[in-house]
Amino acid sequence: MSRQITYADVETGTELPVVSYPVSRLSLVKYCGASGDFNVIHWNERIAKAVGLPDVIAHGMFTMAQAGRFVTDWAGPQATVVEFGVRFSSTVVVPDDDRGASIEVSGQVDEKLADNRVAIALTARAADTKVLTRARAVVRLP
Amino acid sequence: MAINRDYVGRVFGVSEPYEVSRVKIAEFADAIGDANPVYRDRAAAQAAGHSDVIAPPTFAIVISMAGSGAALADPGLGLNYAMVVHGEQRFSYSRPITAGDVVTAQVTLTDIRDAGRNVMLTTSTEIKTVAGEHVCTAVSTIVERGA
Repeated sequence: MSRQITYADVETGTELPVVSYPVSRLSLVKYCGASGDFNVIHWNERIAKAVGLPDVIAHGMFTMAQAGRFVTDWAGPQATVVEFGVRFSSTVVVPDDDRGASIEVSGQVDEKLADNRVAIALTARAADTKVLTRARAVVRLP
Repeated sequence: MAINRDYVGRVFGVSEPYEVSRVKIAEFADAIGDANPVYRDRAAAQAAGHSDVIAPPTFAIVISMAGSGAALADPGLGLNYAMVVHGEQRFSYSRPITAGDVVTAQVTLTDIRDAGRNVMLTTSTEIKTVAGEHVCTAVSTIVERGA
């Protein structure tokens, strides 16, 4: 059973340690199928480049999903996400090689709110560039 | 082709009911690489206080896109989808999306505005059960990059 944190455990300012999530071309193909978002820029290098992108890019929602996973893994199974928002500030370029790319997510407890809710400020980087800004989740803890 | 500004404020029709299945949730969780048992194992989800397997928070995009995708593909809007990237996304949840839910999505195109050479479109999608219970509101801003 996963670790469960409680509202009483949490202190404002606590840092959530960085986690690195890999993203490959296969990740994007799977995400296309699972999400129904088949925009060609996520799987077709020829068209991605023709429309001015450096290469195939990850779905913004794939990146947001990694930030979501970061929050829910930290908060534990009994927590529920109440609010979750991000701004996509840069693209995650996914080269067609054996390494792919990685998304580094970190966070900090931003605020303790009423009703056992806690706001987490999130940061996500790929290739040393911030790919999410104004990223924030509010979770309700037991 | 220019974006048709007359679409601001347009409320699109309620989508066909979408039945949330355990299989689809597990497929989505696999695709995002999330091994959390509450997305796959009913007993684990129930131990965490849910009635059945729940979906990852961003699964709501699957349902909201089913509605907003159709809205944004409206030929009268004039959006070039190959030039589209995601600008911003926000979700407000009344509760987790849960296996067995039958939900609909209703999209409102709330804003179209210029940002330099780009055009930003914002939609707000209400996801409710067919019984009318609010589950999630998804607000998406997409960017059509200028050529």
